[in-house]
Amino acid sequence: MTGKPVHIFELANPKRFMDVSAPVVPWLAAATTVTITLGLILAFNTPPDYQQGDTVRIMFIHVPTAWTAMMAYGLMALASVVSLVNRHPLADVAAKAAAPLGAVFTALGLITGSLWGRPMWGAWWVWDGRLTSFLLLLLLYLGYIALSDAFSDETRAARVCAILAIVGAVNLPIIEFSVQWWTTLHQGESILRRGGPAISPVFLWPLFLMAIGFTLLFLLLWLIRIRTAVLKRRTWNLMLRATT
Amino acid sequence: MNARKKRRLLFVSFLLLGGAGAAGLAIAALQDNVMYFYSPTDVYAKHVSPGQAFRIGGLVAKHSVHKGRGAEITFTVTDGNKNVSVDYKGDVPALFREGQGVVAMGRLTPSGTFQADQVLAKHDEKYMPPEVVDALKRSGHWEEGKAQQ
Repeated sequence: MTGKPVHIFELANPKRFMDVSAPVVPWLAAATTVTITLGLILAFNTPPDYQQGDTVRIMFIHVPTAWTAMMAYGLMALASVVSLVNRHPLADVAAKAAAPLGAVFTALGLITGSLWGRPMWGAWWVWDGRLTSFLLLLLLYLGYIALSDAFSDETRAARVCAILAIVGAVNLPIIEFSVQWWTTLHQGESILRRGGPAISPVFLWPLFLMAIGFTLLFLLLWLIRIRTAVLKRRTWNLMLRATT
Repeated sequence: MNARKKRRLLFVSFLLLGGAGAAGLAIAALQDNVMYFYSPTDVYAKHVSPGQAFRIGGLVAKHSVHKGRGAEITFTVTDGNKNVSVDYKGDVPALFREGQGVVAMGRLTPSGTFQADQVLAKHDEKYMPPEVVDALKRSGHWEEGKAQQ
C-alpha cells in the first residue's frame, strides 16, 4: 500500500479494492470477536429484569440481530443506488453479497423474537404491524435472491434487483414506526424515544456492545463475500482465457 | 454530473417516491385493519356490534381480577377513559397481572362484557433491575403501566 489517500470511487476498481481490503479482514475479525465476547460476558452478568426475569437476556441477541438486518437492507439499497446511477460493477457485487447475510440476520431476528414472545406475551407469533412488516423484510431479501438468479444476463439481473432493493427500502421506516403508527402487541421503542432511553444503563451497555459486535460481524462477512465474488470472477476469466 | 447520470438519479428518486406513495396509500386504506387491537374508548366510539370478533387492549384495572372456579377469570380492561369487563376461561401468560398491559381476542356479548378466547400480555418498553423498581417505589416515583397506551 502506498501512503496516498484512497478516494471512495477509486475502490470501485476491483484491483484497488482487493489490495486495500485484504489487510482490513483480520483486524475486522479481531474487533468483531472482542466486541461480541465482551458483550456476551456483560449480557450474562446483568441483574434480571423486574418483570421479565432472566428472559430479558434474549433482548441482547434479538435487538442487535433485528437492527443489523435493517442496516444490511439499508446498505444493500444504497449499493443499489450507486449501481443504478454510477454503474460501478463493484456496487452490483456488494448489493448482491449483502442479501443472503441480511436474510439470515432477519430470520434470526424472527426466531429469537418468537422464542421471546412465547414466554412473555403468551404467543409465538401474532400478525401485528411490527412483526408483519419485519416478516416482509425477510420476503424482500428472499425475493431479491430469487430474482438475482432468474436472469442469465448478469447486467440485467443487477438492474432489476437494484430496482427491487430501492423500492423495498420503503419498508424500513414502516418497520421502525410501526409501533407508533398502530396499536401492536410488540412494545414501543425503548432507545430512540422522547424522554430518553427506557432501559436501565445496566442493560444498555451490553445491548450497545452487542449491537456494535453484530454490525462488525455483518461488515466482516460482507467484505469476505465481496472479495470472494471478485476472486470468483477473476478465476472464471482466467479459465475462459485458458480454454480459448 | 453528466446528463445520463442525472437521468438515472431522477429514475431512482422516482422509484423511491413511487414506492413510498404506493405504501402510503395502502397503509391509509388499511389503517383500521393494521391496528392490532381497539382500546376500550375505540370500542365505545366504533359501536362494535355483539358477536363480531376483534381484539381489545389496555391495562388490567387495579383490583379487578377475580378468579372463578377452575380456569375461569374475570377482569376489567381500562385505558384510563373507558372500561370493558372481560370473561375468560383458560391460562393467562406469566406477565398477566393488575396494572399490566393486556390484549384479549374475542367478542362482545349482548350484555356488554367481552368474552375472550385468548389473552396475551403486552409489556411496556421499560427494562430495569428489581432494585431500581424498589427504589422508585420507595421514593414514590413509580407509576405502574404509565408507559402503556
